[in-house]
Amino acid sequence: MYNFKDGKELLNICKKEDKKIWEVMIEREVENSEKKYDEIFEIMRENLITMINSVEKGLNSSLKSMGGLVGGDAKKLRERYMNSNTLSGKRTMKAVAAAMAVLEVNVTMGQIVAAPTAGSSGIVPGVLYMMKDEYRVEDDKLIKALFTASAIGYIITKNATVAGADGGCQAETGSAAAMAAAALVEIEGGEPSESLEAASMTIKNILGLVCDPIAGLVESPCVKRNAIGATNALISADMALAGIKSIIPFDEVVEAMYNVGRSLPVSLRETALGGLAATPTGKKIAKDILGNN
Amino acid sequence: MKNYSAFDVIGPKMIGPSSSHTAGAARLARIASKLIKADIIKVDFLLHGSFANTYRGHGTDRALMAGLLGFTEYDENLKNSLEIANKKGINYNFIPTDLGDAHPNTVKFLIYQSNGKIVELMGSSIGGGNIKITEINGMKLEFVGEYPTLIVKHIDGPGVITKITKVLADEDINIAFMSVYRQSKGKDALMVLECDNKLSDKLIKSIKDSSGNVEDVYVIDSL
Repeated sequence: MYNFKDGKELLNICKKEDKKIWEVMIEREVENSEKKYDEIFEIMRENLITMINSVEKGLNSSLKSMGGLVGGDAKKLRERYMNSNTLSGKRTMKAVAAAMAVLEVNVTMGQIVAAPTAGSSGIVPGVLYMMKDEYRVEDDKLIKALFTASAIGYIITKNATVAGADGGCQAETGSAAAMAAAALVEIEGGEPSESLEAASMTIKNILGLVCDPIAGLVESPCVKRNAIGATNALISADMALAGIKSIIPFDEVVEAMYNVGRSLPVSLRETALGGLAATPTGKKIAKDILGNN
Repeated sequence: MKNYSAFDVIGPKMIGPSSSHTAGAARLARIASKLIKADIIKVDFLLHGSFANTYRGHGTDRALMAGLLGFTEYDENLKNSLEIANKKGINYNFIPTDLGDAHPNTVKFLIYQSNGKIVELMGSSIGGGNIKITEINGMKLEFVGEYPTLIVKHIDGPGVITKITKVLADEDINIAFMSVYRQSKGKDALMVLECDNKLSDKLIKSIKDSSGNVEDVYVIDSL
């Protein structure tokens, strides 16, 4: 009854049952697992706690990554928004720094929650952390927003892909940003349809983004692409909440993203053979890290 | 097709940096750890494809050792696993190799135990932290570790499957997935049963006693 295969079906259930996306997602989970409603809610609370912990750990650390390419940038950005006027505004930069912080924890082999993947794990916690810190949004509301985010990620997983190796970084950080945008709309009290509009616009903003990690590691450009993912989510959520519609509906945007991903050459899908990985500097770094393997 | 849960999308909780190179690797090794009966003396990790190319930068080496030591993929101690192995006097080698027509993220474990026996296990990390075991002690098979799994090595013959499934039925254990493999008629065969319920060790004896054709039984808890 609460199972849905795409955005259209999800909105139909929301309308028919007069429920929010997060409620439908929990009911679906109750239906498909042997767990109770409260139990499911509490598992997501654990995820939220881990996410917020990873943000705080990253904002306070300058640890270098496994490959040695990144580390300490989130802290630098926090120093800037704490002490100077930023061009994009403190709130935006707080979300960006938080997103980068999680990725920096990820690449130093710290604990994170894949959302939907490890390489895109900063974006959703980044915007949630900002909402918690700036607007004092309570945890229960953030947990509900995480269920909304999971519904978006579920539809993309089912109908397209969230893996950089299959669909480029548009599929990986793009999906995470779309999930974050829908979550933001939820927190702000938007309608289910507005969450989907926000998710659509987010993916449209990033369509075609390649996956080209230097030396094949989840470090560069991954950390900075989590930064842009957080801003993409904020912008798209604001557009949707302003009543702006995506010209192309969500399900068609997801399909387009999948088709673009499949059209990308293999060299631009996490193989470290193209894009930034294939620049002279990218190749030199790979040689330094990986040796002759 | 798998029916994805909200927690497949927001989750798993894991140690970075890569769900397939780190979390998946730790889970593969944790399955291998469940076959170990004595102290580990030495481990050879044969790394294939992308595992062979990027294992250092992704911490795949640390994740594999952590799993063998029984750590979960979200244990903060995962990154210290090689130091812990050194302290325990475990020798280890990470050997990039070509395992043939295998998934790009594949590893084969050769685990030397203090009782003289060697455990061999091969498996792949197939994305998002999900795994697939493809070989145990030279026997080809397939299971994902999501369910309590029973593996029975037996001699192919009429009625063996019925006898084994009857033991499970008597214990009120429901089979979720079941596959049977055999080399040729009347020769070595293998049964893999992924169950909904936890499997007790006393089941091993009941199954061994159920048919003269049964040679070996392994019980592997879910991840």
